[in-house]
Amino acid sequence: MTETTTATVKIARSYRDYSAPLWRRVLLTRESAVIAALLVVVVVASISVDHFAQPITMTYLLLDIAPILLIALPMTLVIITGEIDLSVASTVGLSSVVLGTLHQGGMPIELAGLAALLVGAVGGALNGFLITVVGLPSLAVTIGTLALYRGLAVGLLGTTAVTDFTEFWKDLAKSKIGDTGVPSVMLLFLVLAVAFAVLLHFTRFGRGVYAIGLAAEAAQFSGVRVQQTKFILFVLTGTVSALAGIYYTLRFGSARGDNAMGLELSVIAAVLLGGVSIFGGRGSLHGVIAGVLLIGTLGSALRLASVTSDVINIITGALLIASVVSTSVLAWLRTRRAKPGGTARTTPAAPQ
Amino acid sequence: MLFHTTTRRSGLARAGSIAALALSVALVATGCAGGGSDGGDGGGDGDLSITFVPKNLGNAYFDTSDKGGEEAIKEFDGTYDEQAPAEGTPDGQVSFINTLTQQGVGGIVISANDPTAICDALNEARDADVKVVTFDSDTDPECRDVFINQADAEGIAKVQVDLISEQIGDAGQIAILSASANATNQNAWIELMKTELEASHPNIELVETVYGDDDDQTSFDKTAALLQTYPDLKGIVSPTTVGIAAAARYLQTSDFKGKVALTGLGTPNQMRDYVEDGTVTAFALWNPADLGYLAAYAAKALIEGDITGEDGDEFEAGKLGSYTVGPDQTVLLGDPFTFTKDNIGEFDF
Repeated sequence: MTETTTATVKIARSYRDYSAPLWRRVLLTRESAVIAALLVVVVVASISVDHFAQPITMTYLLLDIAPILLIALPMTLVIITGEIDLSVASTVGLSSVVLGTLHQGGMPIELAGLAALLVGAVGGALNGFLITVVGLPSLAVTIGTLALYRGLAVGLLGTTAVTDFTEFWKDLAKSKIGDTGVPSVMLLFLVLAVAFAVLLHFTRFGRGVYAIGLAAEAAQFSGVRVQQTKFILFVLTGTVSALAGIYYTLRFGSARGDNAMGLELSVIAAVLLGGVSIFGGRGSLHGVIAGVLLIGTLGSALRLASVTSDVINIITGALLIASVVSTSVLAWLRTRRAKPGGTARTTPAAPQ
Repeated sequence: MLFHTTTRRSGLARAGSIAALALSVALVATGCAGGGSDGGDGGGDGDLSITFVPKNLGNAYFDTSDKGGEEAIKEFDGTYDEQAPAEGTPDGQVSFINTLTQQGVGGIVISANDPTAICDALNEARDADVKVVTFDSDTDPECRDVFINQADAEGIAKVQVDLISEQIGDAGQIAILSASANATNQNAWIELMKTELEASHPNIELVETVYGDDDDQTSFDKTAALLQTYPDLKGIVSPTTVGIAAAARYLQTSDFKGKVALTGLGTPNQMRDYVEDGTVTAFALWNPADLGYLAAYAAKALIEGDITGEDGDEFEAGKLGSYTVGPDQTVLLGDPFTFTKDNIGEFDF
């Protein structure tokens, strides 16, 4: 409450979101909290965990989380519209199998990779079609395609795994940029991250995405093409998942139907931790990227401290729940405190 | 009124940020306190810190094998640890292999979730002077120093075919309930079982191979589906410990008990009830504790330079006696063992 006086002076505008000073609006956000938590984890781990403060930690970490980082980009947009896509990991598996089978059949990797991307786009389009044209809920549709795409992937390749990929491509997937220790795949991620950040935060399309998440009907009436926007987002998610599938396959040199099983939960967990509201309408890409890095770094540090994977899962789960609960509890406290004031102020339920 | 809410909101947001910070600090701090560090100061000749990396955690089979490994490592005063992903995925194992490489352990004893996918990570470990022993499920031969074979595939396939043919009178339909579709060892055994069936048991028809993914419930459901799909089914072979136990649990409470024979690879503790009440008459396995024990001694021999994995290299494995490395850097544990009502009481694993 000490800031009350300063705040009083400065607030002149009627938009609540813009009423706080700039530094506070930038720093006191969910995203900043995640970034700060990430920094704290890095600093604490560097001091107290043996072998953590080495460049190789970052190399391994980035190689491991690259598929999550990639898929989290379009997933953020999908979740901001209030939808969800649970089929991403199955799409990774399917694209891996398509790449493997076609390559085994004699097709060069470049072409097989394009075919895998196409399959991902078609898979995303099917999700989009069922959700926007048929009008089914995305949760139900993508649970269905989660099973469908995984079934196709395992069915196509059966009990075998394709492993005869050219060394050149396998090495490329694992290569690093010069002596920096940063994997080359991060360049790909950077390009996509910039593209998605521009799309979400600096275009009309992106503002439409937020509008849909806040109130789809209102967005519709104000000229946002709701169904078209959602359809495009699902196609993008499918395509980027397929891209992640190609990377995954080449990095491990093994195309299998059960590749990346369960990855969708890691992606969604990171997106939510990064401050995106599961109800839509709120979130930003830098928070999500920090969320992915936070979960990855925490896991990496705990593994180096010889903590078992069960405990790591418990800690990651607790972190996620705590981060979601903390915002809900704060919102609840806010409404509780607002009521006794007596004035019938109808605060629009602050999203998250 | 407006700015009142505003101020409060900022205050709360800040409280949220601080709470998140405090939480992460607490988590990291407890994590580190809980784990501690091994202080394995990278490499060196006699670094007997050996880490077991089973396919996943919470698998009774690997609990037993790793206990055998721990026993051996205690005998020669090494440092034992166990690290594995919660789910049996190759990428999960790669993260742990990379971590162990960084920690500079002396040796890794691993059961591979994929023969190829973990190869590069293992070779990076070996470049950093970490010795790699595979057991239970092998990798491609160029990615490890020695493979401890629990029993040769022919022996395992033969003992299971012999058991089922004996139990169903050498004629009728049988099915196989396997683990995952990609499990290296399972697929090799199934192929050999097919060959053995064709060669020596022409009246037995293998109708289907189903996959329970080494998951209790999935294996249980697949057993139910098999029995419904093939009403004339005479027997089920499940070459996986999770599968055979789930199938036995289904048979025990169904009308098929005593009518459909079940055999395969199981552990005595999991199968005891079913053998004692007659659901299952006999099943086979090696002793996983011995397997882990032998793998630990092989890792020790590699670390101390007694063996390099060459054909003909000999090493001592404590209570198990002396072993010789065979072709393809492989060490064979011994013949599979058949458990029946008469001898199951002697075993506890």
